[in-house]
Amino acid sequence: MEKKKKSKVVSYNKWGIIFLLPFAITYLIFQLIPLLSTIFYSFFEYYDDGLDVVGPRFIFLENYASLFSSGDIFVYTKNTLIMWVLGFVPQILVSLLLGAWFSDPRMRLKFSGFFKTVIYLPNLIMASAFSMLFFTLFSNSGPVNSILLQAGVINEAYTFLDHEWSARGLVAFMNFLMWFGNTTILLMAGMMGIDPALFEAAEVDGATSTQVFKKITLPLLRPILVYVMITSLIGGLQMFDVPQILTKGTGNPQMGKELTTMTLIMYLNRHLSVSKNYGVAGALSVILFIITAILSFIVFRISVPKEGGKKHAPVQDE
Amino acid sequence: MKKKLLSAVLVTAMLAAMTTGCGSASGSGKASLKDGGKVLNIYCWNEEFKSRLEDHYPGYQKVDATTGKIGDVTVKFTIVPSDDNAYQNNLDSALKKQKDAKADDKIDIFLVEADYALKYVDTDYSVALAELGINDADLADQYSYTQDIVKDSNGKLKGSSWQACSAGLIYNRAIAKEILGTDDPAKVQEAVANWDKYNETATKVAGAGYVMCSVNDTYRTYSNNVSGKWVQDNKIVVDPNMKKWVDDSKKLVDAKAENTFDLWSDDWAKGKYPDGKTFCYFGPAWFFNFCLDAGEAGSIAADGGWGYCVGPQSYYWGGTWICAANNTDNKTLVKDVIKTMTTDKAVLKEIAQKDSDCVNSKSVLAELSSDSSGNLALLGGQNPYKQLADGAEKVDLSNLSKYDQACNEEFQKAMGNYFKGNCSYEEALESFYKAVQAKHASLTK
Repeated sequence: MEKKKKSKVVSYNKWGIIFLLPFAITYLIFQLIPLLSTIFYSFFEYYDDGLDVVGPRFIFLENYASLFSSGDIFVYTKNTLIMWVLGFVPQILVSLLLGAWFSDPRMRLKFSGFFKTVIYLPNLIMASAFSMLFFTLFSNSGPVNSILLQAGVINEAYTFLDHEWSARGLVAFMNFLMWFGNTTILLMAGMMGIDPALFEAAEVDGATSTQVFKKITLPLLRPILVYVMITSLIGGLQMFDVPQILTKGTGNPQMGKELTTMTLIMYLNRHLSVSKNYGVAGALSVILFIITAILSFIVFRISVPKEGGKKHAPVQDE
Repeated sequence: MKKKLLSAVLVTAMLAAMTTGCGSASGSGKASLKDGGKVLNIYCWNEEFKSRLEDHYPGYQKVDATTGKIGDVTVKFTIVPSDDNAYQNNLDSALKKQKDAKADDKIDIFLVEADYALKYVDTDYSVALAELGINDADLADQYSYTQDIVKDSNGKLKGSSWQACSAGLIYNRAIAKEILGTDDPAKVQEAVANWDKYNETATKVAGAGYVMCSVNDTYRTYSNNVSGKWVQDNKIVVDPNMKKWVDDSKKLVDAKAENTFDLWSDDWAKGKYPDGKTFCYFGPAWFFNFCLDAGEAGSIAADGGWGYCVGPQSYYWGGTWICAANNTDNKTLVKDVIKTMTTDKAVLKEIAQKDSDCVNSKSVLAELSSDSSGNLALLGGQNPYKQLADGAEKVDLSNLSKYDQACNEEFQKAMGNYFKGNCSYEEALESFYKAVQAKHASLTK
């Protein structure tokens, strides 16, 4: 009798494992093994020299040492973060505003379904295509310059990609355009999850809409905001396609000693594209992994207060 | 138990990664060539060679965009653009698998450019033409510089080209008339005969509201006339003539006599039309046919508005070399394609006349320059073959290295920042070293 009971429990477990297997196997082959081999090769000298392969030769931390001693990695981290912040700040502000409007029943917005689709559209275009479009739009003889010239705003074509802040600004603007729709939809989902009774109560108490937004919407939206911020930060650190295509992989303009639009992943790509330098590129990936982990932890700590933290942990909202 | 399992997984993962990583093999020395393959695989980066085969190889039948037929053999083109090294990456991985590839997948022919030819020629992945049965007598009519590029370190010839890409200065006749008072090639040549005169003319051109060309247009003329290789004893060396390019160009950019547009960019291409206000381009014969928009109404080329002269220094630019891949299974056909396309005088003359290409045959060029058969409409009826042939004799290629592509590309990119006034020469140079080292980790500065 007892045995039978036991076997029933085991068979349930068996199904659980079977259902998990596809994920576990895919994860193992396509995520875990590449991840581990990346870490593994970061301790090796291993690259192509023409058609010959150099290495793999174990050199322990030399790849890391060379990355840090050149100092470029700090510049490229700074570039990456600057361009992320430039894009993220307007993105979160616009998304909050749009989210509030879309989810507020009192606004009675017409065609809201249409607009929700439209703001998401830029995200459907491939980043590289989007980037090429901007490259053409803002080239010396491109439409933006000819409009400005004809309107008499400027006397001679402005070289957008040869100036530090216009080049960074373009990258940030593109990232903003591509991602604000996505963020709006996430925030809207969060806002619609807030109990309407709270809004009604606030209204009865005579709260202004600013007060409602500040005292009710924002605090209750915190978990979603944290989630948006962390995912955007991780995406931002991996910023690649937009600046790569826009600057043709150069990271130009170079201002003084520093390349101003070179991001960490573009730097990584430099080591991979021709020489297939798995050693240095691996070390760079590991550093990036650590930076991402630290920054995510900081963001998480700052945005989730200790008392209420557990209740609104972002994990629940994933 | 859990920990043990985890560590076991980690160890196997690492071992697996290690063993897969070490599978590189070096060549065996002697080429292995066979016959009887059903598919002729050709690796290239654009449509050029495909259209040459379609138009000029006897018995070639076009099937669709990337396949054709020669007799019973299917010809399959694998076209991967050169951008971001994609062509070479793809070719490299295919060549490394060549030995074990299925018969129908084996590469038979691949094309290379001069900037990286040595990377392939100096290995056992390519086959000496002599081993295919193409001997020196067959190749005697070619220009020797075209053969220097594809000789391995033992002096074995490993490829052949149908083009002799000696290049010169292609000028806008209308602007030349306005500024120099003449559009006669000999007179214009006098005005740009050396770099001092060129710079003088450039100042005049700028004064009249035109630009000479882009700094990147003149680059090759300087880089072909260097006194040493880019890389010497694994050290990257900036030749005095490259420094001269930087200094001359900086002055001209500051005087607004030259611009800094990237080659092939939209801004750069505007000069092909009268509104572009550009005095000249630097280019070889393939530039006439391939790059001047002769087919577009309203372009300068369509009105026959260009002229050609040798320019400040002789140089060559580009060109495509045909190499036979080791382990090919279509030995005889590969031999015939290379021999026909690069040495058959009738075919070469046809190519010159149909595609205004400067072909790699001294006698055909002499023939073309001797009568009106070499007159080109887009050059206003000028016959450039005399100058092209003279230029081809003068090209000197003793200073090639297998790192030229990376060095040439990165030097132009880095110096652009200096020309635009965003950084100093030393700072730009530093970026250049870094970018080259990222591509070739074994080099030092």
